[in-house]
Amino acid sequence: MTGSAGFERLLRAEWTKFRTVRGWVIGMGVAAVVMLAMSLLGVSGSSAGGGRGPVPVGPDGKPVNDAFTFVSRPLAQDGSITVRVTSLTGVILANGPDESPSHAEEPWAKAGVIIKASAAQGSPYAAIMVTPGHGVRMQDNFVNDNAGSSGAVSPVSPRWLRLSRSGEMITGSESVDGTSWTDVSAVRLANLPDTVLVGMFVTSPDHEVTTQGFGELDTIGGPTVATATFDHVEVEGQSGTGSWDHVVVNGGERGLPPGIEPVAEANGTFTVSGAGNIAPIVAGPGSETVEQGLIGAFAALIVVIVLGTMFITSEYRRGLIRTTLVASPRRGRVLAAKAIVLGTVTFVVGLASSAAAFALVGKIRSGRGIRVYPASSLTEVRIVVGTAALLAVAAVLAMAVGAVMRRGAGAVAAAVVLVVLPYILAVASVLPAGPARWLLRLTPAAAFSIQQSTTEYFQVTSTYTPSTGYFPLAPWAGFAVLCAWTAAALGAALVLLRRRDA
Amino acid sequence: MRCALHAEWTKMRTMAGNGWLVTAIVALTIGLSAAVSAAVDCTSAGCDADPTKTALTGVVLGQAIVAILGALVISGEYGTGMIGVTLAAMPRRTTVMAAKAVVLSGVVLAAGIAAVLGSLLAGRLILPGNGFTAGHGHPAPSLADGATVRAVIGTIVYLVLIALLSLGIATVVRDATVAIGTVLGVLFLFPVLAQVVEDPDLYRHLQQISPLIAGLAVQNTMHLADAPIGPLAGLGVVAVWAGAALLAGGVLLRRRDA
Repeated sequence: MTGSAGFERLLRAEWTKFRTVRGWVIGMGVAAVVMLAMSLLGVSGSSAGGGRGPVPVGPDGKPVNDAFTFVSRPLAQDGSITVRVTSLTGVILANGPDESPSHAEEPWAKAGVIIKASAAQGSPYAAIMVTPGHGVRMQDNFVNDNAGSSGAVSPVSPRWLRLSRSGEMITGSESVDGTSWTDVSAVRLANLPDTVLVGMFVTSPDHEVTTQGFGELDTIGGPTVATATFDHVEVEGQSGTGSWDHVVVNGGERGLPPGIEPVAEANGTFTVSGAGNIAPIVAGPGSETVEQGLIGAFAALIVVIVLGTMFITSEYRRGLIRTTLVASPRRGRVLAAKAIVLGTVTFVVGLASSAAAFALVGKIRSGRGIRVYPASSLTEVRIVVGTAALLAVAAVLAMAVGAVMRRGAGAVAAAVVLVVLPYILAVASVLPAGPARWLLRLTPAAAFSIQQSTTEYFQVTSTYTPSTGYFPLAPWAGFAVLCAWTAAALGAALVLLRRRDA
Repeated sequence: MRCALHAEWTKMRTMAGNGWLVTAIVALTIGLSAAVSAAVDCTSAGCDADPTKTALTGVVLGQAIVAILGALVISGEYGTGMIGVTLAAMPRRTTVMAAKAVVLSGVVLAAGIAAVLGSLLAGRLILPGNGFTAGHGHPAPSLADGATVRAVIGTIVYLVLIALLSLGIATVVRDATVAIGTVLGVLFLFPVLAQVVEDPDLYRHLQQISPLIAGLAVQNTMHLADAPIGPLAGLGVVAVWAGAALLAGGVLLRRRDA
């Protein structure tokens, strides 16, 4: 019995052990049932959210904020716009009658020039802008952001901005004196119509301050308004010679507060005030996300950890391990065969149950009109398949810990404490965001990032902490942390299995 | 009963591994408590952390070892067949169960006192360096404070109750591995589930029946009105869980063949 045929028989032997022990078959069924039950319980308390109208979506189908004051004119085919920005100031509006407005710029208030397909919210655009806190930026289609030079503008250090269109390519450049120019970025906007809108814009996102209380987040804040001064406005290309259109793009929602004029024009100098944001909407505290519908994975995880541990410790308890090792003296192969059979079975059961939970929860949500933070179908596949992979690798980790400790109770406790406890400490405890992030980088709990559907954007101020569903590692990187722990545990198990008497 | 207690104490004392478990309860609890105390910073904006609760956070880890100890007291006997000898020597099964519960409680009580007082001491030494000073309105935890004394005693009692919960569940399922999985599931799944529940009433109820959240409400020394459940009522919830598990275990132990 050598070579691959021998390993095949070993695999079959392990599969037979798994298949014929009633407790393990029942256990896998329990894993599937608790996954469904807990997921359904998690979604049972949800109800349709606030009555906001339809949210505009950007070119990639993701929800966006698209509200700003726009001084525009049409531009047919290629051309460019150049302006000088001499100031950008802001006001945080009073949130209630007992507060007074304070003069402070939002770091991500924006003033600059924009080329946009139309005045419709969510239409493709590219813009170059100055910001109070993040210097010059070139942004396009809501999600893309490129940094230019740093520093804010003021009358003594104004900034020149230029945006030029050539076909589908839009190039943004900046200058401190209007003569020597630096390109910030060149972006391609697909499906840009022949005639676009070109002009100046100002916008200013809501002020937001989040404090972490006792395992809960408190967010306070309010609307802000930014005002910018533009001069030396120059448009090249077929843009007509007519006057500028003044549009407040906001989808009919909240406008500027009374007393603030959106646009004032005198001798070629434009003073523009705006509120809102041109940016993707991020899932903040209280948003319902896709992965919340798979919360049952935690219950299934504990069940498969128990099963994975018992897959090896019960052999020690009953002495079956000696028979196994007599039949196949190469211990590394035994361990590999066990890991493959356990991992495969757990993956298949996990995939079936997470797909079922995903489908059922989706049905319940759409039936109740619950709006979920949208995820692409690729992301949804990653979440469902990743959940199954997480369960499979965690089961193998538990088996490896079981092989090291040989005692089921300690091994289960160790595996659960390694995988689940860091998540609880990071997400629902007194730990501040910094240490919580380190827990989710270093411990196997990092793997839960495979379920994350939300995206963090540098250009959007929000609460990106583990307790609001933002993991410090990318999905597959987090999963790799769990795999590394499992590989290390398997390595330790292999060494001990070879050294020790069974 | 004295005989039964003596027998159980001998088993507890001489079982290989139990000494390590007791050491681990103390070491891991103090270790995690000290780490969390060092990580929580009160000088940053919005210092809202409860110093006593912060200093005692380590019990969330220590309780896992307490659960192992509690489960092995009976499951270990099922695993080796010792239970047959035990029940032959002491046919009154309720007495056996009671003796096990008493000895286990005593051991966990001793370990819990060391673990909790050690954690509090670590917090008292570490927290002032992170801005938990009387000047900030957040004095480091002190046993001169009534609420802190309640938190300390309550946390020790909590650990004893978790041990009894584990003993009860282990008596029901008999297998130590399954028992630990069940206990840790009961402890850890409620907080995870509560995290995603939107409905405020359901959220509150989940927290109120969760042995981990309700039980550790006894550690609160600040914002008591905001807690989902009062300190003593929370401890009562864990007592109900432990009592129900012991009752189920006791009934099954009497009914079933060993």
